[in-house]
Amino acid sequence: MDSIEHLARGAAPPADYWSVRAVTEQTERVGVRDDVAEPPVRQHDAGVMVSVICDGGLGYAATSDVSEAGLKRAFTRAAELAAASSKRTVFDYRTVPMPLPDGGYRSPNDKPIAAVSLAEKYDLVQHVCASAKVDAAIVERQAGIWTTRTHQLFVTSDGGRAEQSWDFMVSSLAVVASANGDTQTRSSAGQYNGFCQQGGLEVLDRAEFATDGPRVAREAVELVHARNCPSGEFDVLLMPDQMMLQIHESIGHPLELDRILGDERNFAGTSFVTLDMFGAYQYGSPLLNVTYAPDVHAQFAAFAFDDDGARAERQWIIKGGVLLRPLGGTVSQARARELRADIAGVSTTRACSWNRPPIDRMSNLNVEPGTSTLEQMIASIENGVMMRTNSSWSIDDSRNKFQFGCEYGQMIRNGKLAEVVKRPNYRGISASFWRSLSMVGDAATFQVMGTPYCGKGEPNQVIRVGHAAPACKFSDVTVFSGAN
Amino acid sequence: MREEFDKLADTVCDAPSGIDLVGLAFAAETSDFIRFNHSKVRQATHVEQRNAAVSVVRGQRRATGSVALSGDTGRDTAALLAERDALAAQLVLVPEDKYLLLPDTVTSTTRVSDARLPSAAQVIDAVARHADGTDFVGLYAGGPVVRAFADSRGQRNWHSIASFHFEWSVYRGGDQAVKSSYAGTAWDEAEFARKMTRAREQVALLARPRKTLPPGEYRVYFTPVAVAELLTTLSWGGFGLRAKQTGVSTLIQLHKGEAQLDASVSLTESVSTGIAPRFQDDGFVKPDVVKLVEAGRVAGTLASPRSAKEYGVAATGSNSFESPESLAMAPGSLAERDVLKTLGTGVYLSNLHYLNYSDRLACRMTGMTRFACFAVEHGELVAPISVMRFDDSFLRMFGTGLVALTANADLSPDAQTYGSRTLAGVTAPGAVVDGFRFTL
Repeated sequence: MDSIEHLARGAAPPADYWSVRAVTEQTERVGVRDDVAEPPVRQHDAGVMVSVICDGGLGYAATSDVSEAGLKRAFTRAAELAAASSKRTVFDYRTVPMPLPDGGYRSPNDKPIAAVSLAEKYDLVQHVCASAKVDAAIVERQAGIWTTRTHQLFVTSDGGRAEQSWDFMVSSLAVVASANGDTQTRSSAGQYNGFCQQGGLEVLDRAEFATDGPRVAREAVELVHARNCPSGEFDVLLMPDQMMLQIHESIGHPLELDRILGDERNFAGTSFVTLDMFGAYQYGSPLLNVTYAPDVHAQFAAFAFDDDGARAERQWIIKGGVLLRPLGGTVSQARARELRADIAGVSTTRACSWNRPPIDRMSNLNVEPGTSTLEQMIASIENGVMMRTNSSWSIDDSRNKFQFGCEYGQMIRNGKLAEVVKRPNYRGISASFWRSLSMVGDAATFQVMGTPYCGKGEPNQVIRVGHAAPACKFSDVTVFSGAN
Repeated sequence: MREEFDKLADTVCDAPSGIDLVGLAFAAETSDFIRFNHSKVRQATHVEQRNAAVSVVRGQRRATGSVALSGDTGRDTAALLAERDALAAQLVLVPEDKYLLLPDTVTSTTRVSDARLPSAAQVIDAVARHADGTDFVGLYAGGPVVRAFADSRGQRNWHSIASFHFEWSVYRGGDQAVKSSYAGTAWDEAEFARKMTRAREQVALLARPRKTLPPGEYRVYFTPVAVAELLTTLSWGGFGLRAKQTGVSTLIQLHKGEAQLDASVSLTESVSTGIAPRFQDDGFVKPDVVKLVEAGRVAGTLASPRSAKEYGVAATGSNSFESPESLAMAPGSLAERDVLKTLGTGVYLSNLHYLNYSDRLACRMTGMTRFACFAVEHGELVAPISVMRFDDSFLRMFGTGLVALTANADLSPDAQTYGSRTLAGVTAPGAVVDGFRFTL
């Protein structure tokens, strides 16, 4: 990486500003399905993204050729694109003071996966897969671990330098049960890897990966014998592995500043949130407190500097239900200030890898714990549904009309948990849903989760984000079920 | 680049002692991505990327590793040889895979499609000239994309497609917009200008007072793009052999004979007419056509090599997700000029957005209307509608609910660029459907 910096400083053309972001990433996936090991797959990725600001234009060029010649070609191409777009850009990029990073970050990694052999990884995953064979109704069992080590060096024309390293651990466990003409899937934390954190084997410990197989399998069997969730207006208790999706879709995306500025309108969409709302808009009930939290230990999108080099610091996004600031980085903030001078933001301009330019992302976005115990929340519900683990998600292009489904539901009657129900779905409108937040769980209900699969941007980027939340109760929600 | 790949393949696919098979799956692209907002450039990006995945097999054991490549044959060969040998050494730690299936024939293929592509500056100039005065937002993506495969048996597959895909929206205000696209292999600025003129005309229709529909059942017309959205969702777990065998297929009711689609519905995976490669990363070559639904009834599934071995059927060369890459719905007989007349009173749906299953086993889908959707009365577009959420079963929509399919089927190229530009697409006609359920 030092040689990349040396090469970059030697290869850079005259420009108002330039940056080089060099990324290397090693991944490995190990999986077992129905006790049969699937072949291991690993990847070694490496490349650089160069940016050049010249005469107000901005050009990016990425290459997997990290030699001096490759860097020079990338700089030349980026400069050509900056020139071609000069005076035809949405913003004069010369006018924004780009960050001057100086520092680094290293994710926690208490029990490095590198200390474990491939055979030992298979032994663990085989054990977890086998442990889910608890009932004749089980027709499919899958378990796996996905590890990633990423190293990134970011250097700028004015001497900025940020070097960051991450270890990511993602476990997966899903079981399919079939009986009575129905089939149900239950997973440990969602079929799309909701339990994902930074770190090594200690993440698997926190996920209870080694011991969770029987629980997941039993719940799959429970579901296949359960009745459908009833339809109607209910109080709903959303557990953290559904709250993460609710936060993601109806707080995270609508608050992305590039959506508000219109960049995403051809693809991901716009937002019902407008710049005038910040500082005054009642986004949710007074119980709603949301933070941008890049400093949460081991959370999936923790970092010290974003991909424009801005230092990441925790900020209130929503406090007491009032919307305070959008999720937008250096460039978006500068663009937005041409429309509203006092708009703030957070350092969250990120790219999924070396081959995509950075855009506004949500990173770690968390609902802060409240004061209610889980028992108090359940006791407060006369007729409601507790829902766990997202299985379906859809929301409109303004991030308002949503419909979400969960794997596992449990009725709550007269303040007590009652029977399990399957296919619990609910729908609502973001602008009013968060105002129906009526109780927020305490720290004992708080879980740190996330997703490796947040998609956005043109060209498309799928990126890691973190969401931590307590259990939350919402009043008078439209609930329904499936057709079967 | 073909020559470089052949050199790499000749060296890397020379199986070392004790290795039964070496495979090499190669991917490369040189792309310009020009992103626009408010008719101006937001981000202009050039990407040159290459990587190759090398696989080694001994008996029933396999390991695969991919490496980013520089384009320098010497350095790339060394990197791939190092990875190959490391994987070979690792094989002793890999459990046997009883479902490992390897190709039993050597089938080499070549497809090369060149293009006349614009420079980034030409694209930026064209937008400045023809989108001036509009609120234009979108992405131009263009350049050559290569997929290739080689193995130690001597198979060589090369698939090189140069193309561009420009997709944009012209906004009237708020969430009201018209979506357009221009894709092909020969850039013609005059054609882009014509499409922009058409988009301006359509945006004018959005100026009429907007109508908010109450939830309920509506007769609707899905454009070919909207049908492609539904079929793309159906491709997510609908056509795979493994999903069928484990009972989670979203078309399980068809497989069980509990439901059937309208007799006019036929679906095929048609790689011979699409832009997707004919081969996959294990070296299996796909048949020209795989029948999936014929005359409303299930006709087949897509089988990856693993599923084929596990369930004892022939592999269709499918990817590991068992999802189609060149899905085609057969057209019907409704002439385009008769679409609105046949619709009568209902809703014209140009685009759908953010689809997902609300009940997978019932093949029930939810999603949103998006862009230029109109209320229609007596065969006339009368008002743009506010966005609506729908929740309805594909089996019902294209079963008892299907009124007619249009006589023309359009290719909707897959515009996705996650990681790399996608070589896939869906070909579909438009469809008039009765009783489509809006819920919110």
